[in-house]
Formats: sequence, structure tokens, C-alpha cells
Amino acid sequence: MLLEANNITFRYTEKSPLILRDVSINVAEGDRIGIVGPSGYGKSTLAKILAGYEKPTSGTVTLDGAPLPMKSFCPVQMIYQHPELAVNSRWKMAKTLNECWHPDDFFLEKMGIEKEWLKRWPSELSGGELQRFCIARALAPETKFLICDEISTMLDVITQAQVWNILLDTAKERNMGMVIITHNLALAKRVCTKIVKAQEL
Amino acid sequence: MMKKTLNRKIVISIFICLAFFYLIIIFLWGMFMNPAKYGVNYADKLVGPCKEHLFGTDAMGRDMFNRCIKGLSNSLVIGLVASVFSSVVALIFGIASAVLGGVTDKVIKLAVDLCMGLPHLVLLILISCMLGKGSLGITFSVALTHWPSLTRIVRQEVLQLRSSQYVKAAARMGKSPFTIAVTHMLPHVIPAYLIGLVLLFPHAIMHEASITFLGFGLSKEVPAIGVILSESMNYITTGKWWLAVFPGIMLLIVVILFDLIGETLKKLWNPESGNE
Repeated sequence: MLLEANNITFRYTEKSPLILRDVSINVAEGDRIGIVGPSGYGKSTLAKILAGYEKPTSGTVTLDGAPLPMKSFCPVQMIYQHPELAVNSRWKMAKTLNECWHPDDFFLEKMGIEKEWLKRWPSELSGGELQRFCIARALAPETKFLICDEISTMLDVITQAQVWNILLDTAKERNMGMVIITHNLALAKRVCTKIVKAQEL
Repeated sequence: MMKKTLNRKIVISIFICLAFFYLIIIFLWGMFMNPAKYGVNYADKLVGPCKEHLFGTDAMGRDMFNRCIKGLSNSLVIGLVASVFSSVVALIFGIASAVLGGVTDKVIKLAVDLCMGLPHLVLLILISCMLGKGSLGITFSVALTHWPSLTRIVRQEVLQLRSSQYVKAAARMGKSPFTIAVTHMLPHVIPAYLIGLVLLFPHAIMHEASITFLGFGLSKEVPAIGVILSESMNYITTGKWWLAVFPGIMLLIVVILFDLIGETLKKLWNPESGNE
């Protein structure tokens, strides 16, 4: 499968300045593309466009030549920077985890999710614990591409290492394509197959 | 630790049940009361509180205890109709305003500001007078003036939810707008809505009593707390304290109970404090 963004231009409103100008990027199966660069270069905006959260002002995002499905499960899933905003605060964790697929016990163990957490509210878990749920939720069998928008920025170093190990294992196992957005060049060098600088987009 | 939290939840639930029970008893007792019980009896005029007449009697020898219960029951009916009507209006307006946006949003926001800008009591009196006073006028006036604040709350809640990441993520996971509205949004809106509904109740009852007290509401022969209190004003200077004190306290208890139920439900349903 191939995820293509062709000549993407984006601005939030008609009067606001251009955030992305003529950006093209291709992600094939098994690719892990890192996008690094300082704030304000439209990295996150590009992530949202790639995952179908925002519509580009001009240009197209296609999956194997067809536009992203808007009504059914999108094979391009995105994981956010702030896990506490990405889960419903009135749902217990089990419901959040099982929203689009039902991970088995083995998978949960691999993700480092303890059974006891499933009965808790999101406010009773830490950021790192919540992020594991968000990642597990997005790793449905139908997911072919994963967009990671600064997913480990607010985690401590040990948790970062754990989370990335799990993600890389799963990605390699399923031959998923990934787009990894980060400020951390060292991290990008470690996990990505190719690195793009945001300034050069 | 675990045991303690469980206990507190149970204690709160029992308390809420008791409060509801008390209110329902008053409501049913008043509804099915024999009118003769609070009828005129010139033999016992202005009797102080005693065994036969717990709250004493008034200048026409009517038993104040039974009149109070009947009056509160009437107030509860008016409060219930008014707050259910208000809250349904608020729910529809709030959701429409947040979801449709544009002109609808502007018109609803303007209506809310208009209603909130006018002094509450003036608006109540105006509407009640226009509809010819009585229970119809009072119910309508209370129902028509209590929706704005709840509308604002519902609108705000839905607006916030619509742009939240988990709602957008659910859409990308192939969930339909209807499923999202029911599974993601309702759990957020319903507690706020129900608490708003419960907290509207004491407001409605107080306003009903106050405009009746001022003479723009229920007519004199209907037993209502407002009527009782306004009549008692004529006798209070001559030392007939029981005419005002007991009905006043009864009204206060009902209002405080509703307020407490609302506030505790708020605490219980809020995930931040629900497990305390």
C-alpha cells in the first residue's frame, strides 16, 4: 500500500497565511519517515492532513490512488501528543481501548497495559499509561499507516524507550508505514528509515 | 481505602433516596388530600400550634399544616412542569446552537442574552399577567424564563465536545455521527443537563412563591406557599408568628433538599470527584 500526499497547500482560514505550500510526500509499506524541525513549520498540520483530520486547501491525499475513506475505518490512524485529550474522560479505560477493535491479553501484556487499569477512569492514570492505551487503540488490524505526532514528548525516558520498542516491533511485524513527527533528531535517527527536515518540505 | 470510598458513595445515595422520598410523600399527600382538611372552620380561628393543629390555624380557622402540605404539593407540580419544559427547551436550543452554528447560533444567543438581560422577576410578572395570572400564567411564566442559563451550559458543552480529539478520532475510526453523539457526547451532556434540571426546581418553586406572594400569581383561595406567606403578613404584627414561620420553613426545606440533591449528584457524576 502507498500513502501519497500530492502538492498539499494548507491555510486554516482564507485570510490566514499559508502553513504548507506544495508539500508532497510518499509513504510506502514498511517506511518509517521522520519529520523533524522546529515549531511552527506545519508538521502537526501535515500529520492531521495525512490522517484525514483536516482537508487540504489544495492538493490530495490518496491511499493506493483512492482518496482516504471518510465514512468507514480509516487505515491511516493518528496518535496525538496529548493522550489525556485523546480519551473520553467519562469512559472507563476498557471502553476506550475496545472502541474499534478488541486487543487480546497477549497484546495488552506486550503494550505494558495492566489489567487493573481497564477498570479505571482516565483521570486516574498517568500520561505514559494513557498514551499506551491510545497507541493500542490505534493499532487495529486494519491500520496500515500510523501517523505519530510527537507521541513521546511528554513521557519520561524509560517509558519513551518502552513505547518505541513496542511500536517498532509491531510496525515491523505488520509491515506498517509510519510517519514520525518529532523535535528529537536523535530519536528520529534511531527509529526512522528516512528523515525529512520540516524546513525542506 | 477501597472500603471507605464505597461507603461514602452509598451514604450519598441513601441520602439522595431519602430526600426524594420526602419530596414524593409531600407531593402525593397534597395531591390526594381531602379539601375538607384545609377547609374553613370558624370555630377555631387563629389557634396557635397545638396537638390538633400542628402549625396552628389562620383567621378563617383553616388548618395550616394541611394547607402547607397542599401548597407545597401545588408548588412541586408547577416546579416540575416548569423545569421539565425549560430544560427540554434548553437542550434543543443548546444542541441546535452548537451543531448548526451560523444564523441559528446568533439568534439563540441573542434570545438568551435578552432573557438574561431583563430582571427575572419583571419578566415573570409580565408573562404571568399577560396570560391572566392563575396556575396557567404562573406555570408558563416560570417555564419560559428559566431556559437561558441551561441553554448556555448545553451549548458550551457540545461545542467543546465537537472539537475534542477523541470525537474526531472516533470519526476516523469509522463511527457514524449518530453513534458519536450517543456514545461520546451524551455521557457528557446528560449529567450537566440532569443537574441543571434538578437545580432549576428550587428556582422555579421560589419564583412561583415570590410572584404569588406579590399577588401576580395564584389566586387567594388556592393553597400555595406564596399565598399563605402573603396573607400571614397581615397578622404577623399582631403576634401570629406561626402563620409565617412554619410555611416558610417548609418551603426552605424543600428548596434546600433539591439544591442538595443537585449538588451531590454533580459530585457523584463528575469523574474528578466521583470516587472520593
